[in-house]
Amino acid sequence: MHPFTYHRPTSLEEAARLLANADDGAYLAGGMTLIPTLKQRLASPSDVVDLAAVPALAGIDTANGTVTVGAMTPHAAVAASAAIPALAELAAGIGDPHVRNRGTLGGSIANSDPAADYPAAVLALDAAVRTDRRTIPSSEFFTGLFETALAEGEIVAKVEFRVPDAAAYEKFPNPASRYAVVGVMVARTGGTVRVGVTGAGAAAFRATALEAALAADFSPAAVDGVAIDHEDFNSDLHASAEYRGHLVGVLAKRAVARIA
Amino acid sequence: MASETGIGAAVKRKEDARFITGAGRYTDDISVAGQTWAVFARSPHARARIKGLDTAAARAVPGVVAVFAGADLKADGIGDLPCGWLVKSKDGSDMVQPPHPPLAVERVNYVGEPYALVVAESLAAARDGAEAVAADFEPLPAVVDAATAAGGDQIHDAAANNQCYDWELGDRAATEAAFARADHVARLDIVNNRLIPNAIEPRAALGEYDAAAGSYTLHTTSQNPHLERLVLAAFVNVAPEARLRVISPDVGGGFGSKIFVYAEETAVIWAAGKVRRPVKWRAERAESFLADAHGRDHATHVELALAADGEFLGLRVRTVANMGAYLSTFASSVPTYLYGTLLAGQYKTPAIHVEVQAVFTNTAPVDAYRGAGRPEATYVVERIVETAARELGMDPADIRRRNFIQPKDFPYQTPVALTYDTGDYEASLDKALAHADYAGFRARKAASAAAGKKRGIGFSCYIEACGLAPSQVALSLGAGVGLFEVGEVRVDVTGSVTVVTGSHSHGQSHETTFAQIVSDRLGVPFENVTVLHGDTGRSDYALGTYGSRSLAVGGSAIVKALDKIVAKGRKIAAHMLEASEEQVDFADGKFNVADSNQSLTFAEVAFAAYVPSNYPLTELEPGLSEKAFYDPPNFTYPAGAHICEVEVDPETGVVAIERFVAVDDFGHIVNPMIVEGQVHGGLAQGIGQALLEHGIYDDTGQLLSGSYMDYAMPRADDLPNFTVDTTTTPCTHNPLGVKGCGEAGAIGSTAAVMNAVTDALGVPSVAMPATPETVWRALGKAAAGGQGG
Repeated sequence: MHPFTYHRPTSLEEAARLLANADDGAYLAGGMTLIPTLKQRLASPSDVVDLAAVPALAGIDTANGTVTVGAMTPHAAVAASAAIPALAELAAGIGDPHVRNRGTLGGSIANSDPAADYPAAVLALDAAVRTDRRTIPSSEFFTGLFETALAEGEIVAKVEFRVPDAAAYEKFPNPASRYAVVGVMVARTGGTVRVGVTGAGAAAFRATALEAALAADFSPAAVDGVAIDHEDFNSDLHASAEYRGHLVGVLAKRAVARIA
Repeated sequence: MASETGIGAAVKRKEDARFITGAGRYTDDISVAGQTWAVFARSPHARARIKGLDTAAARAVPGVVAVFAGADLKADGIGDLPCGWLVKSKDGSDMVQPPHPPLAVERVNYVGEPYALVVAESLAAARDGAEAVAADFEPLPAVVDAATAAGGDQIHDAAANNQCYDWELGDRAATEAAFARADHVARLDIVNNRLIPNAIEPRAALGEYDAAAGSYTLHTTSQNPHLERLVLAAFVNVAPEARLRVISPDVGGGFGSKIFVYAEETAVIWAAGKVRRPVKWRAERAESFLADAHGRDHATHVELALAADGEFLGLRVRTVANMGAYLSTFASSVPTYLYGTLLAGQYKTPAIHVEVQAVFTNTAPVDAYRGAGRPEATYVVERIVETAARELGMDPADIRRRNFIQPKDFPYQTPVALTYDTGDYEASLDKALAHADYAGFRARKAASAAAGKKRGIGFSCYIEACGLAPSQVALSLGAGVGLFEVGEVRVDVTGSVTVVTGSHSHGQSHETTFAQIVSDRLGVPFENVTVLHGDTGRSDYALGTYGSRSLAVGGSAIVKALDKIVAKGRKIAAHMLEASEEQVDFADGKFNVADSNQSLTFAEVAFAAYVPSNYPLTELEPGLSEKAFYDPPNFTYPAGAHICEVEVDPETGVVAIERFVAVDDFGHIVNPMIVEGQVHGGLAQGIGQALLEHGIYDDTGQLLSGSYMDYAMPRADDLPNFTVDTTTTPCTHNPLGVKGCGEAGAIGSTAAVMNAVTDALGVPSVAMPATPETVWRALGKAAAGGQGG
């Protein structure tokens, strides 16, 4: 780890100012990615701005059909929440107890790791991402491999998930890292179905062909008729693009079977 | 007393209190005044010429004490790292042993090979220094795949076609004759995947130089500190043996990977003498992945000739073994004397011929890893036996029974050099079949099928050879060291006992097991026995721990020393009790005069030996301390039957292990709880090889599975509850009748899992590890009527 200046602001404004004034600053949320990167000397920011003491980023609130989760909420707290069981189940399956008690929702989605679990929920539960500057709709948030719609210095403050009529998350874990090789969340609200897919592509995405088929017939069998285009999917030593494409269908079907 | 803490009792481990509470004392826990830190600069290339090396910037980094390159060691007379076993090729020529300098000099030959050492005041400064070492590399094409290595660029000047040796064992003509009269021949191509050991404690070293005495002390994570000292002194020229002490304190796992004398430890102890300050190094996990010796990595073609009734007539095996870039300390022996010799398995196969071509590649050196050659042999034998059973339509249990060496056949001379002393293979198989409810398998398979799953069952009846021996045979076959062990029993004045053993515990629980033996034999309370190990300054020269040898060889040495203690005790007691020595016997901790009520406790005799007021000093030396060396007359031959039952999810290819039964014959057992733990750990590693673990290099020689993000270690939720049981045929040639249990799980289990997976899928072969995608693809091929991969 190279030396850096550590800051612990107590407001969003102060945090944004500290980062703006830094030569090469980095926000620190739970540190599940940043700290190992620093330890391996793969990043050497001049300043680290720790968001842990910003009160506006804490807490889970349920009201008017939405669950609002503060960006610094650890996975374990989401896992213990009751409003959206599928979201709690997803959070309970992230990493190990250490990760779940340190890692945060905001840190996860701001990093846009292609194998992270939360992005599937952000998309399937039609979440609104509230930052210190604006609100970003879920479908515009994840833009690419480790890329999001966040501007330089912009901070994720809260994520508002819509409570669905029913939802389920199915994950195929990487046997080594236990990240998602593929993760699929299916959520149904009235006649609308949203399918969020993580792990398969450069960034999480909605499987719109599956959504259309399931809107017409919300049954596992409806998944069978949908071809998953895997051409641009990730391929690595754990799973080829073709296999990932196959898993998207299998996991979507299993998720539907749990809530149909 | 002996019944609760003696031989056969499941005594809780003496070691647990300190390990569980974090009070162990590992090399990295030891810090000394004036200590500096070492970090190595490592090659980013699989193969490159070092055109230039500029260390000026590194030396200028604040806090850097010194920077050393390979040339500095060479100029100081530091030799190459040797390989300790000379294997000869078929044509009688010696194997090729390319120079292996501790720090690369002109070329680097694998990613992670160290080429410079930076010593600094702090770890951070050493890292900064290592990053500032400027090497001018000219990358060269890398040779990565062993199977095609012969046609690649020549890595070492002396190794034409990248060949290390071309070895054979067995009777070629007899084997060919067997195939000529066979009714059926089963054939398989098998790859035994490369594994990366991953002991929980990474390697570490603390080198100290005492300028006044001119002597060195090296604390390091070695399984055999005396071997480390011998090699560093006699071959590498770090210091004369008498002025080098090697200490292995608590060591967190080895699995073979800490047997070897590595570049880093060598460079650290040498550097301590140069900078005249203590130098500490501890591997990062990433360094462990790159630069610990890897395991396995064989490609094999095997053929089994059979009569129509399933009788084995002959076995033919051709293997290409990947040695990696250099010969690690015992690399040459693993695919030869620890592999070819095991190919008879538990069977009376009359003719066997094996050829092994060892090749160099631009990958990390490959050497012994839990089982070392024997898992590879078991995998070959048990996969081809299962394949033959399927091809002949025989029950896999029946074909094994048909060919087992029977109890009446022992001692049994195999066609591949070994003489098995004892065993009862059918007893283990029968017990395993009962535990596995083999009779109920068809019903369970049908139930799985009804749920859309595919169930399979697989067998593995393995044998292994432990306690490599005897010294003279091994030496005649090219071993560079003897293979005995030393045990010393020092009785204290008050009757407590200190045992000094040359064996080394890095998880095996010697402090408990050896104390049980002493408690059993001397009647001394278990808690009054202390076991010391891991220090060349404490024990005589001995060989340490590897190959499941500690109890069979190290334990036997202790028993010999205990016998001497009892013999002397009888002399002392006879004097004190005014009886003849012949009248005195020793039982339950007491010296008794026959047909009398006269007796002395062991403690009373011990006290008399040290406070010799009533003592025959003119005939007998005072004191009660004895030492013995034990050189085994033969290997021991643990054997057993493993049965694995899996259920495959055809939608995803995920393999779930539903049942795993291991019935092992380890001879007599000192502590059944510890043995069960050893079996569990071995099974986890063997199953890990079958389903999860894979050391993968890309075509350019970069290690792709170089962290826990990509290298899948087995975890508790990957494994079922094991059913573990034993049978017993005592070893015939050591005093405890013990065989060794450390490697059996890893040796037997892999083939059982893969036999179960291929049975479930209905394909002849699936590549290891059987990852979900591999299995899913094999299912697609099976459905299409083709052959598995």
